Amino acid sequence: MAAQDRRKKRLDRSIKVRSEGLYSLSSWREMTYLLAPRLLLIGGLLVSPLLLDLYWQKVLCAAGIMAVLAMGFDFLAAYVGLVCLGGAMFIGFGGYAAGLLNAHLGLPPLLTIPLAAVIGACVSTVVLMPCLRLRGVYFAIVTFMLPLFATHIIIALELFGSTEGITGLDILPNPWWEQYVIVLTLLCVLFALRRLVTEDVGLIMMGIKDNDQAVLASGISIFKYRVLAVFVAALTGCFVGAYQAHLYGWLGLSLFAMDFSILPIAATVMGGMGTLSGAVIGALILTPLSEALRGFGQLRVVLYCSILLLFILYKPEGLMNYFERKYHQFERWEKV
Amino acid sequence: METVLVYGLISSVTFVLMSVGFSLVYGVSRVPNFAHGSIYVLVGFVTWSCINDLHISYGLAIGISLVVASVVGMALYRLVLIRLRGMPTSEIIASFACGLIILEGLRLQGIGGFKGFIGPNYFLKPLFEGKIQVLGVFVDYQRLMVVATGAVLVAILWLFTHHTKIGLSLRAIAQDEQAALMLGINSNRAGMASMAIGSALAGLAAIIILPLGNITVEAGYHVLIYALAVCIIGGLGSWSGTVLASFLVGFAVKLSTFFFGALWESVVLVGTIILVLLLKPSGLLGRQKELEERV
Repeated sequence: MAAQDRRKKRLDRSIKVRSEGLYSLSSWREMTYLLAPRLLLIGGLLVSPLLLDLYWQKVLCAAGIMAVLAMGFDFLAAYVGLVCLGGAMFIGFGGYAAGLLNAHLGLPPLLTIPLAAVIGACVSTVVLMPCLRLRGVYFAIVTFMLPLFATHIIIALELFGSTEGITGLDILPNPWWEQYVIVLTLLCVLFALRRLVTEDVGLIMMGIKDNDQAVLASGISIFKYRVLAVFVAALTGCFVGAYQAHLYGWLGLSLFAMDFSILPIAATVMGGMGTLSGAVIGALILTPLSEALRGFGQLRVVLYCSILLLFILYKPEGLMNYFERKYHQFERWEKV
Repeated sequence: METVLVYGLISSVTFVLMSVGFSLVYGVSRVPNFAHGSIYVLVGFVTWSCINDLHISYGLAIGISLVVASVVGMALYRLVLIRLRGMPTSEIIASFACGLIILEGLRLQGIGGFKGFIGPNYFLKPLFEGKIQVLGVFVDYQRLMVVATGAVLVAILWLFTHHTKIGLSLRAIAQDEQAALMLGINSNRAGMASMAIGSALAGLAAIIILPLGNITVEAGYHVLIYALAVCIIGGLGSWSGTVLASFLVGFAVKLSTFFFGALWESVVLVGTIILVLLLKPSGLLGRQKELEERV
């Protein structure tokens, strides 16, 4: 058939229409249809530590850290309208908090990680508070500057071991702990955030993103919800930051490295903004890729940025939305 | 104390030079050009390459690198940013990515005979050697030239934006895009012009400031941060605010260096930003679209 005689017909699978209600429970087939992608991700992540060798297990940990950061970025950017260019700040604050608690107070890692997450999140929120009254660009700029300034300040005031950092922190009890802490964190954050954005709170946050004046006119304090959103994102980020400090038993200025800011953004854009699970998939693709290119040094950053740019220009919907569409729709050519 | 006065003035003008390009682009096309710092460094390296690899005279090298800067700026707008107009998130991310590609690309080594600009060997020699005494403080000619260029540049920019057709159309776009469109001003062409001018300004800053030190890739990040800090303090998109904030920051930084030591510089910068954002969230003179920006 010549091109002008045919067109592509797309039909939603009926289960998609019905999946909102109880209908999806009506047969195994439909339940499988809905659960299969979710179970694939959960099962894959839970099984993978058993299948990988030691080196790739470490890569999995790194990918998990990036995935959680990416979800935090996605949540802030796509659901609250705050573009955070400094994910490294969360990693840094969380990591430093955990390291200091461990090195100076001698608390065990399983206690310092949650404590550091809360402390780091409080600090990040307080630091970001001044720019939350403004829209858009200001937040992006301040978050971009903060990790860089944080390193300057740590060097200038010779805080926390200055450029050397602190070595010899306690590491997690054994490799299985390392793997499963991050995998379970990832899954919890993913499903918790997905739930959060469909609750009332999430609705208000999306309202703030789309039309803050209207939300303000409804008598809701925008500032309060933005603080809440930043706190949630910072909590996840600081948690993995603290985890990272204990994973390598070391903290230093490289916790504020540009990689932690830019890779999550690239992962999110690649996976599809606003899908949360897309951010995870993006991180699980990009981190091993960058690991494979470790020998090339800074080429990695050029690579993420190129991928980021290509996706943002030519495939702005991202991988996740694309696959979701393919999964939920029948497609066939039809004669006009 | 005279040291603080003289060097404060010099560093203030340095801040003006670094940030005026960013401020111009944001003020006109509302594009936060996160590739600003990388264009600064790129110009430094292009000038260096022209002089040391191609053996071109200094003046010609400066001309070539300024042209390169504005072409890169225009290309950024034409190829990337034009597709993303009106989506601030994407604009920020895309321009940031472009900037990182340029900056980190300059570090690459071993691909196609490209050697990567790493090491202390990369510096531009000052246009004029020698020192002079001002108010009892020794200042070299290059630093005096920074001040002179800054002053001339601000004057030229003021004349340009108030008395030439392109400048007036840029301001019109900044004030009310719809009305400007109705009067036949092509907003894309204005955006491209603003990116070209902004990038050339970044390049000019590089040529004037870089002879004071080495050319390093990290300078790109620092310039971007300083430009952003100054623009936030002065109010995004406000040019007089940018100049005022540069002086504020310049003197604050030099005073803190004088009293506490050089390392406190960034502490003072962060403190100033946070203080200004707390007291006057839209910046010192950020009157433009204040109501829409502030919630």
